Amino acid sequence: MTMTQMTAAAPAAARNMPPKMVGDKVSVFYGEKQALYDVDLSIESNQVTSLIGPSGCGKSTFLRSLNRMNDTIDSCRVTGLISLDGEDIYNPSIDVVELRARVGMVFQKPNPFPKSIYENVAYGPKIHGLAHSKADLDEIVVSSIRRAGLWDEVKDRLAEPGTGLSGGQQQRLCIARAIATQPEVLLMDEPCSALDPIATAVIEELIDELREKFTIVIVTHSMQQAARVSQKTAFFHLGKLIEEGKTEDIFTNPVNKKTQDYITGRIG
Amino acid sequence: MTEAAMSSSTVATTASATPARRDIGLKKRHAAEARFRFYGVAAICIGIAFLAILLVSIIGKGYTAFVQTSISVPVYFDPQIIDKDNERAANPRVLVSANYPVVARNAVAAALGVDPEDKAAMRQVAGMVSDGSRAQLRAMVQANPSIIGTTQPVTLLASGDLDSANKGQVDLSVDEGRRKINNQQLAWMQQLRQAGQLSTEFNWGLLTFGASSRAETAGLGVALIGSAFMMLIVVAVGVPLGVAASVYLEEFAKKNRFTDFVEVNINNLAAVPSIVFGLLGLAVFINFFGMPRSAPIVGGLVLTLMTLPTIIIATRAALRSVPPSIRTAALGVGASKMQMVFDHVLPLATPGILTGTIIGLARALGETAPLLLIGMVAFVADAPSNPLQPATALPVQIYMWTNEAERAFVERTSGAIIVLLVFLAIMNITAIILRRRFERRW
Repeated sequence: MTMTQMTAAAPAAARNMPPKMVGDKVSVFYGEKQALYDVDLSIESNQVTSLIGPSGCGKSTFLRSLNRMNDTIDSCRVTGLISLDGEDIYNPSIDVVELRARVGMVFQKPNPFPKSIYENVAYGPKIHGLAHSKADLDEIVVSSIRRAGLWDEVKDRLAEPGTGLSGGQQQRLCIARAIATQPEVLLMDEPCSALDPIATAVIEELIDELREKFTIVIVTHSMQQAARVSQKTAFFHLGKLIEEGKTEDIFTNPVNKKTQDYITGRIG
Repeated sequence: MTEAAMSSSTVATTASATPARRDIGLKKRHAAEARFRFYGVAAICIGIAFLAILLVSIIGKGYTAFVQTSISVPVYFDPQIIDKDNERAANPRVLVSANYPVVARNAVAAALGVDPEDKAAMRQVAGMVSDGSRAQLRAMVQANPSIIGTTQPVTLLASGDLDSANKGQVDLSVDEGRRKINNQQLAWMQQLRQAGQLSTEFNWGLLTFGASSRAETAGLGVALIGSAFMMLIVVAVGVPLGVAASVYLEEFAKKNRFTDFVEVNINNLAAVPSIVFGLLGLAVFINFFGMPRSAPIVGGLVLTLMTLPTIIIATRAALRSVPPSIRTAALGVGASKMQMVFDHVLPLATPGILTGTIIGLARALGETAPLLLIGMVAFVADAPSNPLQPATALPVQIYMWTNEAERAFVERTSGAIIVLLVFLAIMNITAIILRRRFERRW
């Protein structure tokens, strides 16, 4: 705990806020196989934290343990402590449904529901009872789509299926769906890996805007993307957190040899 | 050495105008492909040929079952025969037990101009009219007793033998004594036809009558109602059970020894011969729970047991074909597992579930063996009004009719097969349409 607090101390002190989420000695096992080894990482409020590293390094595993999406895998086991605003999210008293309402997620492959665009965004608020009337719901849907930067493209066809949109639009629809439940943290698992550069640029811009209201954790394969969008970067390798720190420090002045090798393209 | 020789020969050939093509066995491969195609086409042709033979033979034998010969004559409701002692006011049972066939016989005899005193001729006339006239005339009299003593135009069913003769199914080259219809009756038939009193109409009776020992009054009515009751029970019991079981196994249950065991057993159940389910139904539903014999409720439950594995397997396949990304998407916005299943997974799996269910139902509709064991092979003349009353089923009715020797039953058997096939075709086409309509939309 002390270590985590120390590493988190610098940026948090600057904003004078405790970190939004803290991982303390987080290890994840898939059956017998250990995928993550004692990771200590804190996620700062209203910042973009990017997790980078080569394939299979455990960055997605860590991300998915932040909203307990790993629970859906039978053989998966998480040890250590992950807290959200100081509360242990693996505590039995925490309802995973509530947790996921507070920690939203956008996935690698755009996965809109095969329903209308409106229904896609309205689903979360509906099941969580966030809207008290149809007008309320309309308001949430419209503002979420607007905030996801998709409004101008879909405002005339909200009743059409979300699956009919282009890849980049679908991903922004998924972001709109995720922010419609008004989460506190938004997890993004390689949100641009299935998109072309133009769509990627749109989403990156969007991430920068969303930082105002949400705490964002993004897993990315692209170091340029991490450098462009994040304030904090954590480098994972073979299931271990190798180095973390301010993004500009990691990319300009890495302490660890492995980090340097990775960002210069020698490993990965 | 050889390599050197080969390369030198290659060099030699490249030097000449056209390079020699390497033999990579193309001819053989093409021949093998052509052979395989031929086998495939042949297999399909043989299949189609058998289907064609089946359909031609059944339709050829059965289409005549859908028309029925009847005789339209003025019938004199003779009080002397119906109510000799004029006691119907005091004793209404007289009208029930009256000798209506004689009334019908006399009516036809009068139309033919046969002398009522000629006993032998009158017996032959009686052989031309169906015994179904008893129920028909009784119903008329009971509905309106005042018609006694009057003459009413009535369309009487012809007897099965006359019906066969009218449809040209009687072999006239056979000696008269060994024929079921003699020359005199044939002549009368001609006479009736010329007088316009013989008509051939669509045979609604085939679809409405119950069991009867006379072909012309035997129908599928009871069997259709019985089959309908059973299908309703299969849908009402089997679909919820099957879908619930599959959803639990597929979406909620942890994969462990126990679920593996359940899964293996479900697959085994699908392969259990249906007659075993009949025995199970006999032992459990009838002997243990004391349910009535021959009742569609028992048949329906037995068919449910038999269809359940089919529904479960189809439903699980349909659930599994819903992409996992939909599930993670739902969970990601904070849906509970139940909301995920009922809001997203099940709606997407519905067409697959429906298709599987309909195919299971079609199998159940055509199932005979288990129904024989629970006593549904019975002579049931009256339509059941609820699933606890005795009934038969379509395939069982076919089975029973095949045991009858009369020509008129042969065509009815084929007619019943046609009815059954039509129902099966409708169900399967519905399944195909549903599958097409709702095919993957993600």
